[in-house]
Amino acid sequence: MKEDLNLLEQAAHNDYKYGFVTNIDTDTIPKGLSEAVIELISKKKNEPEWMLKWRLKAYAHWLKMEEPTWPNVKYPPINYQDIIYYAAPKKKEQLNSLDEVDPELLRTFEKLGISLDEQKRLSGVAVDVVMDSVSIATSFKEQLSEIGVIFCSISEAIQQHPELVKKYLGSVVPMTDNYFSALNSAVFTDGSFCYIPKGVRCPMELSTYFRINAENSGQFERTLIIAEDESYVSYLEGCTAPMRDENQLHAAVVELVAMEKAEIKYSTVQNWYPGDKNGQGGIYNFVTKRGICAGNHSKISWTQVETGSAITWKYPSVILKGDYSIGEFYSVAFTNHHQQADTGTKMIHLGKNTRSRIVAKGISAGQSNNSYRGLVRASKQATNARNYSQCDSLLLGDQCGAHTFPYIEVKNKTAIVEHEATTSKIGEDQLFYCRQRGIDAEAAVALIVNGFAKEVMNQLPMEFAIEAQKLLAISMEGSVG
Amino acid sequence: MLSIKNIHANVEGKEILKGINLEIKPGEVHAIMGPNGSGKSTLASVLAGREEYEVTEGEVLFSGKDLLELSIEDRAREGLFLAFQYPVEIPGVSTTNFIKAAVNEKRKYQGLEPLDAVSFLKMMKEKMAMVEIGQSLLSRSINEGFSGGEKKRNEIFQMAMLEPKLAILDETDSGLDIDALRIVANGINKLRTPDRSILLITHYQRLLDYIQPDYVHVLYKGRIVKSGTKELALELEEKGYDFITESIDQSANV
Repeated sequence: MKEDLNLLEQAAHNDYKYGFVTNIDTDTIPKGLSEAVIELISKKKNEPEWMLKWRLKAYAHWLKMEEPTWPNVKYPPINYQDIIYYAAPKKKEQLNSLDEVDPELLRTFEKLGISLDEQKRLSGVAVDVVMDSVSIATSFKEQLSEIGVIFCSISEAIQQHPELVKKYLGSVVPMTDNYFSALNSAVFTDGSFCYIPKGVRCPMELSTYFRINAENSGQFERTLIIAEDESYVSYLEGCTAPMRDENQLHAAVVELVAMEKAEIKYSTVQNWYPGDKNGQGGIYNFVTKRGICAGNHSKISWTQVETGSAITWKYPSVILKGDYSIGEFYSVAFTNHHQQADTGTKMIHLGKNTRSRIVAKGISAGQSNNSYRGLVRASKQATNARNYSQCDSLLLGDQCGAHTFPYIEVKNKTAIVEHEATTSKIGEDQLFYCRQRGIDAEAAVALIVNGFAKEVMNQLPMEFAIEAQKLLAISMEGSVG
Repeated sequence: MLSIKNIHANVEGKEILKGINLEIKPGEVHAIMGPNGSGKSTLASVLAGREEYEVTEGEVLFSGKDLLELSIEDRAREGLFLAFQYPVEIPGVSTTNFIKAAVNEKRKYQGLEPLDAVSFLKMMKEKMAMVEIGQSLLSRSINEGFSGGEKKRNEIFQMAMLEPKLAILDETDSGLDIDALRIVANGINKLRTPDRSILLITHYQRLLDYIQPDYVHVLYKGRIVKSGTKELALELEEKGYDFITESIDQSANV
């Protein structure tokens, strides 16, 4: 019991520990972006001078850049001066019991098979029931530090491990890379940091879920994962539970570095608020994710299941620098109602005998638009580079769109690049066949869609995969008929 | 079991069934034969509830229930099974998972708990032996890349797993060589029980060499024009459909 109290106390004091709350009275700053605002952010986070300089440099670049217009998505212009760039971790409105939670949210939780305690945690019911995840997180941290794995928030890493952050931050996604990565570099508020030392196989899936305070990372998330020689880590991002968020614009940056014979597996389930049936509201999710296979025989594998957000703009990529390195991208993107997704990958082959594999499955329903955009580049030095790409689209109904934009640039004659693409519709015949066996139309569509996405789902860690399957089924509700 | 009274049905505005009457009692095997385009498959589709088929007149009672009022899936859950002439492929969905979903939907309808993995496996093993189907086929995506014979055997396997009250076999013999036909027919014979009725739809008599029907009906231009016992099938084999259809057409012209 005493131990429990201690844990509670720790949880209650987290804000201070991570330096989120300082001596300034207000916990938000005025709308808009300027050097002064960035200085304020950096000061509130008690950052060292080099970090502030880095942010200001990014801001200066951002000012000279223009928002990209090439994605196959449409949205009204974003007023960047109308955004609040820093808010101290929001205390969610505390509720006393699940009776006060939106019943629709609870129904979704139930379908996902989320435990009662977890339901309370996610919907912000009073803190004492969170005991489980707090204590798990604490014991996880102890276990990890014993083998030398660093897993903490990026804010903490800036304070505790500045030499690592300095060396790798912006080394894969330079601040000048694109409009949104520059913005993120200037104003990022928090995110995750993982460091796996040489020869260590991380014994558990690392998940933001177990990082205390993770739900407060805010709209400009920054993640950095470094895997030293011969190490391995599997990282899970996101949560299948519905995430309601007031911030419309999300621009995250994720950087992965894999040294010699290291392997990083990065899995995402994205279920941000997609807006309502009429296309009102919803998150703009403009993410830059990139990994570098820096060492020979290294491997980076991205797996994503994207069902949320009003707009998704996201291309998890791999730079295959080390010889014999491997890059993989497995994706399921589901869009319904008025959602728009422009997502895919880039595989940049630089080293010799590098291999990449792309399996992208797009599912469109309602009046949504789903685009695959991918680049495979084999540079001059990339002797014997191999790529296999497979892009399949499944249409539900006749008002949605599926598009494929594959770009292939090959500068080495020994490279072999294969691309396959299919588009199909769920047929009346398939539905009738299922229904004749007693499986109703909605369950039949879920079955067919999950079959379609199976190759990607198989890449997810077991428990995540089961949740993701249910999530797909829920996202599809109302798309049949 | 099944009582069809004066069924008329349209497809795309065209009347295909023009007043079908048929009584099937528990445990009986009825064969419906007829030349191409006579409405045999339409009858199967109407009974299963396919939405492109519009019933304009008549009624169907299935175990005392108004069949035409039930949704496609509820007809199936009530115990009506259709073995498809052209079984449909569903990529990525393993045959085992598909059947498991079907079995559990039916159990849910009956107010039963879903089968646990062990019981389901045990049931599978039993029925696999019965219809001579291998494990390897069942782990593959349903019907995807299956040969004609494999597809039909898989239909009969599903029938075995779902234990229907009434099985409608729509041209199950089509596209099968003689060995495959024998295996499929053996499977069906093993599934004959005193309370399970079977409606065989076939163009050729050869299936009836293996499965002995209690009654044979000849369907022509949307009506049952002749009914008899299995001897009628032999007569048809010998004389062809013409010997019936010609007299019908003549009387129609008079």
